[in-house]
Parts: sequence; structure tokens; C-alpha cells
Amino acid sequence: MRTKYLLGISCVALMAAATASVKADPVRIGLMATLSGPASVLGIQVRNGFMLGVKELGGKLGGQPTTITIVDDQFKPDVAVARVKDLLQRDHVDIVTGIVFSNILMAVEKPVLAAGKLLISANAGPSPLAGAACSPLYFSTSFQNDTVHMAMADYANAEGIKKVVLIMPNYQAGKDAAAGFKHDFKGKIVDEIYTPLGQMDFSSELTKVASEKPDAIYTFMPGGMGVALVKQYHQSALVGKVKLLSGDTVDETSLPGIQDAALGTISASHWAPNMDNPQNKIFVASYEKAYGAPPSFYAAQGYDAAKLIDGALRKTGGKVNIEALRKAMDGVPFKSVRGAFKFNNNGFPIENFYQVSIIKRPDGKFVTQAGAKVMDMAKDIYAGACKLPPR
Amino acid sequence: MDFALLAVQILNGLDLGFILFLVASGLTLVFGVMDFINLAHGVQYMLGAYFAAALIAWSGSFWLGLVLGAAASLAMGLVLEWTVFRHLARAGHLEQVLATFALILIFTDGVSMIFGAGALSINLPASLAQSVPLTHGFSYPLWRLIIIAAGLGVALLLWALIAKTRLGMLVRAGSTHPQTVQALGVDIDRLFLMVFAFGAMLAGFAGTMAGALTGVEPTMGDSVLILAFVVIVVGGVGSVRGALIAALLIGLVDTLGRAFATDIMGLFLSRSSAASAGPALASMLIYVLMALVLAVRPSGLFASGD
Repeated sequence: MRTKYLLGISCVALMAAATASVKADPVRIGLMATLSGPASVLGIQVRNGFMLGVKELGGKLGGQPTTITIVDDQFKPDVAVARVKDLLQRDHVDIVTGIVFSNILMAVEKPVLAAGKLLISANAGPSPLAGAACSPLYFSTSFQNDTVHMAMADYANAEGIKKVVLIMPNYQAGKDAAAGFKHDFKGKIVDEIYTPLGQMDFSSELTKVASEKPDAIYTFMPGGMGVALVKQYHQSALVGKVKLLSGDTVDETSLPGIQDAALGTISASHWAPNMDNPQNKIFVASYEKAYGAPPSFYAAQGYDAAKLIDGALRKTGGKVNIEALRKAMDGVPFKSVRGAFKFNNNGFPIENFYQVSIIKRPDGKFVTQAGAKVMDMAKDIYAGACKLPPR
Repeated sequence: MDFALLAVQILNGLDLGFILFLVASGLTLVFGVMDFINLAHGVQYMLGAYFAAALIAWSGSFWLGLVLGAAASLAMGLVLEWTVFRHLARAGHLEQVLATFALILIFTDGVSMIFGAGALSINLPASLAQSVPLTHGFSYPLWRLIIIAAGLGVALLLWALIAKTRLGMLVRAGSTHPQTVQALGVDIDRLFLMVFAFGAMLAGFAGTMAGALTGVEPTMGDSVLILAFVVIVVGGVGSVRGALIAALLIGLVDTLGRAFATDIMGLFLSRSSAASAGPALASMLIYVLMALVLAVRPSGLFASGD
């Protein structure tokens, strides 16, 4: 209900703003996220984070009247293409942002970039867009898919883990996760198991792992799949024999479902609620106040996307000129809630990655907590294949 | 091949099979007895899991919550029958599909609004959340064994009810000769109410049992519903015995396919092509099985009324 309330407030604010200053150059933004189905918990966080950023700025990004059209991609690439065409042709948006899943981003990047509009991913970071298919109009406030898994491979190396079985969902980001982990991991990959996206019963896979006797499982299971896998791992006899390492699996979106079983799991991330900078303290406090639950990195990325657009508009003096906005964004015109932040030549961030553990707060809520830095101002491995000059 | 591994994978298959049986038995009775297509059966699976999750959290006791959750599922089944299904019993299949599809949308979104779109947890007591050692260094999660035992128990109970009681006789007669049953003075609406509510309770119970493994979320019923329809088509509409055999068959084929398809493909293909062909083949297997059964026996393995 609180979400609806907030949206209601901002819509009213936007309409009031639009009618008050008819002559000003309005900014039109399309926010696409997965807002229905089992994966919607991620999309809702991205949307909440973005709208929180907009609300903080009084509903006016860059001080300009702003219209935000929110669309649901339903986690279906064909629906996403139809919705993004609506955004471009009917709503005449200048910027498309949001986008949680890599298969959705791969479906919509062409229509958006071909129309000469700005595309700001607030989560998905597929490898093709980081490499040869990079675009000057593309920005990311998240990370390239592989990077977090490279950080986890570095952690596995440091822990002396020699044999690993990969369990990944069978889609672009699952393959990127496997590629990222394999790129840095020095031990042996005993087996690679790919499961259909959305599979919730991992009995067969965990039995297979038990027969293969690796040192650790490495997995990337966003949303409900992660809840299911971690819970089933904890009910199995693998605990104490085979470690469970994961990236983008155990976070504030899945912790309410995993609860105590998550304690002791290690992952890596570029952000956690305890990042020590003033803008993050404001963000975390106001997110919890608005939505009654701790934010995840998905919300942080959505919030950063709003602040990036705001900063770029302030640089251009409120002018909605794609070329001017692009140049302004290159200069990172905002303070990210993760602290240090730069754009690489392919539009992906150069940022730190931290080892992340899970803690239970005194109020009973579970949150991630960043510890030691595992990668310092990391760049993704595909940027070399991108022919664009440095930003 | 390692027989201990095969044995554990067969247990996994039976585990999935019994979950499917709990869902499909109610569905096949409603479909068979009343000729009613109930797409909202998956929603009852999901609601049962939410009832149990909420009641376990509220009562603080796992077993009390489980029993209250089943009671709530039964009550929900009665309410839905009384408010919606009763009025559609004599409508065509298209009306039934439309109305029950609407129920899916209403309940899935309603539950997301109340509980959030993320997964909730049904926390097993520590004594149940462990695994028991089997042979050759393999252990098996205790809760999955309990699911198998509960599925067997429900199968026996249903067999006793249908084969040995007067109510069961009416259900059997109603599935083949509804007009005759009605002409003999049986209140077929009341029969439907009971069958429907009992089926809803079984679905809710299945959702609770599975939810303790996978977490509880608003769309958890959708994929189960599709599998349950595959089960009743393979087993024969209206036949509980068919539902049992078909559910176990589908559970085994799906699980063993996921477990071994990649390795088997690896015998013919390179490692990387096997890794992509294996999962693709595994996810098709149950539909291939359904097509084969329908080609040989168009009305399913056990046609209604056997």
C-alpha cells in the first residue's frame, strides 16, 4: 500500500508540475521493470529505489517537469519489445531506464538505441553490451554480470577451494555468471549444471552434487530460485561438507524467505546497506521509512539511476538534448550511494567489490553487510572489445 | 552407473510425484465428476501454503499451523464453491476457464498486495530440517521422506474413501453417469461441494509440504497447475488411480531426465553441446511422454470409471 501511496503522491506532483510550467522543456522517462510474476520482487525494488530518488527531488529531475511512465515487461522479451515501442512512439520518452533481467535488456536495447534515446540499465549487465555491441548512449548504474562472479572466484581462490560445481539458471545472465567465475577461478570446475529459469526444486541437482563431492557449489539464483536453493541446501547433507558460495542470490530480496539458513553464507557485492558515505545513509534510512523493509542493491541501483539523470539535467541547464545529456553523464554528475564510481568506455561502472556476509539485526530483519574489499575499482573483462574512447 | 545415486534420484522423483499426486487428485475428481475445468486449482495450492505460513508464524507451532492451514484451505474451498463454482457448474468449459482464470489473477495479485511479491518462508522445526543417512554415504532430507509418506497416506485414504464408502460409490457413479445418479435422488450439488472442498484441501496441503522446501510465493501454483493437468491427461480424467500412477511416472521422468540427460547426451555429443542439449531435452521429456501416451491411449492410461 505504501508503494501505491508514494506513486500516487508523485503522480499528483508530476501533474501539478506539468500544468504549472507549460513552457518548460519536460523530461520524459520510461521506467521498465519486471513488476509481475515470481521475479517481480527485484523489479519492485528497482522501481521503489528510482521513485524514492525522484520523490526526494520533489518530483522534478534536474528541476524540470518530469513525466515517468512505468511499464511492466512481465519477464517476457516479446512483451518488453512491445512495451518499449509504446514508450518510444506513444509516450515519446527521452530516456529508458530500469530493466532487471539481461534477456529483457538484450531484447529492448536495439529499439531504444536505434531511436537515438538514452538507455540506463539499473540492473541487467549482459556481456554483449559491454563488448563489441557497446553504445555511447548506454549507461549502467549496476555492474557487468560477470564482475561479481569474478570477485567470488577470487574469494574461492583465497579460501583454498579447489573443486567447484556450478549451478546456474539457463539464460544469458546465468551463462555470464559461469563465464565470470571461470575467468578468475584457479581450481577445477567439476560440473556445470544449467536449470530452467524459474525451477524451484533442486533435489536432483543437489543429489548430483553429493555424488561429485566438490569443495563448493557456486551459484547465481536471483529472487525466489535463490530462496529455494539455499533452503534445500540447508536441509541436505551437504552442509558441513560442501560450501555454498553465491553471487546475487542471497540479498534483501531473498532474505525474508531464506532467513536463518542464510547466516554464514558469503557472497560479493558492490553495495550493501552499511556503505559508509553520507548519501547512502540518507538513502537507506528514507527507503526503510517509505517501504518498511531494508533496501537491496537493486533499489540502490534504481536510486542511483534517478540521481544520474538528475545530475546530467542540471549540467545541461535542464535542456533535454540527448547529445548534451550523454556528455554530461560521462562525467558522473552525481554521488553514488556505493561511494567511488566512474564510467568505463562501455558505459559500465568502474567500482569496488566487497565480500558480503549476512547479519540478523536486533529488529529481526536480515541484511547484507559489506566487509573486506575484494576488487579495487574493478573493470569488466569485455571493455577491451568495445571500440569507444574512454568516457 | 552408481546405484546409490540412482536410488536417491528415484526418491527425488517419487517426492515430486507425490506432490503432483496431491494436487492432481482433487483436480481429476472435479474434472471427472463434474466435468468442471478448474484453472484456479493452482491458486488453492498457493493459498494453502500462505495460510500455513501465516498460521505457523501466528501460532508459533509448526504442527498447529499445519493443521489450521489445512482447515483454512478447506474453508476457502467451501467459500469458493459457494460463491463462484456452484454458479458455473452447468456452464460451458469456456465460461469455466474464463472465470477460473480470473480467480488466478485476482488471488495472485491479492496475495502480492498483502504479503509482498517476494518469497516467504515456512520454517521447519530443527528436528525436521535435517537429513537422514541412507546407504553409501548418501543422506536424504527428512522432510522429503515425510512428503513421500504423506503422499502414500493420502493415496490409501482416497482409495479407501472411493472404493469402500457410499460417498465414494456416488463419486464413481457421478464420474460416468451423472444424470442417472441425479435421477436416483442424489443431491449432486452437495456431492460436488464436498469433492471440491476436499480437493482444495489436498491442494493446499501439497502447497504447504512443497512450500517448506521451496519457499512460498504468489505464483508458485502456476507451474504446478500445468504439471497437474499433464498428470490427469496422462492418467485419464476422473481416475484417482490414474492420477497416482501418472504423477509418479511424471515425477520420475522429470527428475531422472534432469539428473541424467546431460550425462547421457555426453555419450554422443561434446561436453559443451551436451551441457546445452541436456537441460533442453530434460524439460521436454514429460510432454513427449504425454504425447506418446495420448497416441496409444487417447483417453489416458486409466479411462474414467475403471
